[in-house]
Amino acid sequence: MAVDTQAALEQLLLLHEIERFLYREAELLDERRFSEWIELIADDIHYHVPQRRNVKFGEQARENSDPESEISWFDEGKATLAGRVRQINTGLHWAEEPLSRVCHMVSNVELLAVEGDEVKVKSRFLVYRNRLQDEVDLFVGKREDTLRRDAETGWKIAKRTVILDQNVLLAKNITVFF
Amino acid sequence: MVEIVPSRNDRSLRSLVDLEHGLVSREIYVNEEIYQQELEQVFGRAWLFIGHESQIPNPGDFVQSRMGEEHVLLVRDRKNQIHVFLNTCRHRGMKVCRYDDGNTLLFTCTFHGWSYDTDGRLVGVPNFDNAYHRELDKSAWGLHEVAQMTNYYGSIWATWDPKAPRFEDYLGVWGPSVRRSFEGSDGSDNGLELFNPVQKWRLPTNWKFPGFSFLGDHAHGATTHRSTTVAAYGPQGEANGGDRHGMGERWPSTEEEFAVPELGHSGHGRLYEKPGVGPYVNTWQTVPGVDDYYREMHAKKAQKYDGQYLHGASGCVFPNVICGGTRILVWHPQGVGMTESWRLYTVDRGAPKLVKDAVRRYAMRYCGPGGMTEADDMENWNYAYPASLGMMARRLPYNFQNGVGHAHTDDRVPGITLNYRIGEENQRARLKRWVEFMEAGSWDELFPVKK
Repeated sequence: MAVDTQAALEQLLLLHEIERFLYREAELLDERRFSEWIELIADDIHYHVPQRRNVKFGEQARENSDPESEISWFDEGKATLAGRVRQINTGLHWAEEPLSRVCHMVSNVELLAVEGDEVKVKSRFLVYRNRLQDEVDLFVGKREDTLRRDAETGWKIAKRTVILDQNVLLAKNITVFF
Repeated sequence: MVEIVPSRNDRSLRSLVDLEHGLVSREIYVNEEIYQQELEQVFGRAWLFIGHESQIPNPGDFVQSRMGEEHVLLVRDRKNQIHVFLNTCRHRGMKVCRYDDGNTLLFTCTFHGWSYDTDGRLVGVPNFDNAYHRELDKSAWGLHEVAQMTNYYGSIWATWDPKAPRFEDYLGVWGPSVRRSFEGSDGSDNGLELFNPVQKWRLPTNWKFPGFSFLGDHAHGATTHRSTTVAAYGPQGEANGGDRHGMGERWPSTEEEFAVPELGHSGHGRLYEKPGVGPYVNTWQTVPGVDDYYREMHAKKAQKYDGQYLHGASGCVFPNVICGGTRILVWHPQGVGMTESWRLYTVDRGAPKLVKDAVRRYAMRYCGPGGMTEADDMENWNYAYPASLGMMARRLPYNFQNGVGHAHTDDRVPGITLNYRIGEENQRARLKRWVEFMEAGSWDELFPVKK
């Protein structure tokens, strides 16, 4: 019994630590501290935001576009993500100049697996973008992350799959990070 | 400049588009009545891009597409014939297919159960015996099919108008350029395949902002895309100091706008000094092996076109398509102030995975709503629209004077009007044809083209 309690407590503490990490990440993004945010990204990250198909029942396996052979909204590594950060930081990236007001809501955080120094985490997100005077976009969906222990930042994001709940993208562009 | 909005009965728009002086009324971009007229006069008549045969390789395959505001299905029937149908049940109008793509034996309407074969024939009507008394003439109630459809080197085009000229005549001297947009990098006809799925997104602006300016507006690059250049991102990433162009020696050429004003097509590219295909230019240094592939393909292309004069321009097919350079862009009208942007990406059909992956990843980071480059285009196209809407704003014409009076021709590209590469010749060409479509009573007035 005591052992079970101990294990449950450790699990709870780990989940709490992960939640804190995800909230801190959201805070960095919403505070436009992009250069600090990119430090949370592992050098070998695969950042994938598939497109979503309307498919027949039974064909759900091909609902999300395949990163091996198909087109996605995003399918990239750290070099490109860092390029996007540099681009915003030029002050000349008109789609984000002036900067949008962005709010990341992260919830339903669930620990899926612990493997060595990596954890798999699923969460829900609601990203609100409010821009210039009256432009509003809502991006809602699920994220599946692989986080890796890191001495400096606590964790680094080693893999992120973002399941955006839209078919035709209802925003004119995506200049936010999920 | 006349500010009167023409009524539906008066099709005259000439007073709103003065290309000789480069003045264009904003009304044609923001006026609801003109927009409604466009759907009929332009989108109801023109040849429109539907898709690519590689999207429907097998019998029974289908994929959604659009013609103007309307939703159509691109289908390969069970006898291997390609069709384009309006996606609406003939009974009460429900969409007969709501899947983006797939394979099917029948399109069965979810409302009352009418079902259609993949060749469009109405084959099933519930209660046909007891309620319709077998009196319904099923042969008259099949899916509505386009008036004309063509498979142009793998690309599928269609028109609602039975009187439209053949697609080859619609393209005229621009045909070879479109044909080459669908050839492989080795110069082989119909050498491409499409990556799935299509990127689709909503852009709050009139369709002509992107539709008439893409590959017709090279004046925007240095300003709109300044951040991409500063942040150093191209196919070659940082290897080339952020320059988005390739490394290597090019043949002597001038970079020009290429326009076919009498047909509304246009493009942008190089006018080489001599015939044939110049040396290969490296553009993929950061992905080992990709340049090797393209260099080899390029050599084959050079062999094919040895001695033939080729211009390097690709671009717009009137009214709303841009093709060439591994991507096809379609700007569908979705109301006067909304555009549904479609982006399709292409690659050599026989390319190794390494090459396909490099092309695909480059497309995603450069193009579309997530593209580092094009995200900034969306912002400008978006906000030019509301800033043109006001009572006062509408009275001010847009300035299309860049290069007016400086067009020229060259014997090497007969029938094509050239102008300095950072000009507005292409946009004027599209606008010229647009006015003709808007004013014409039928195709009889549009083709053959009056010189």
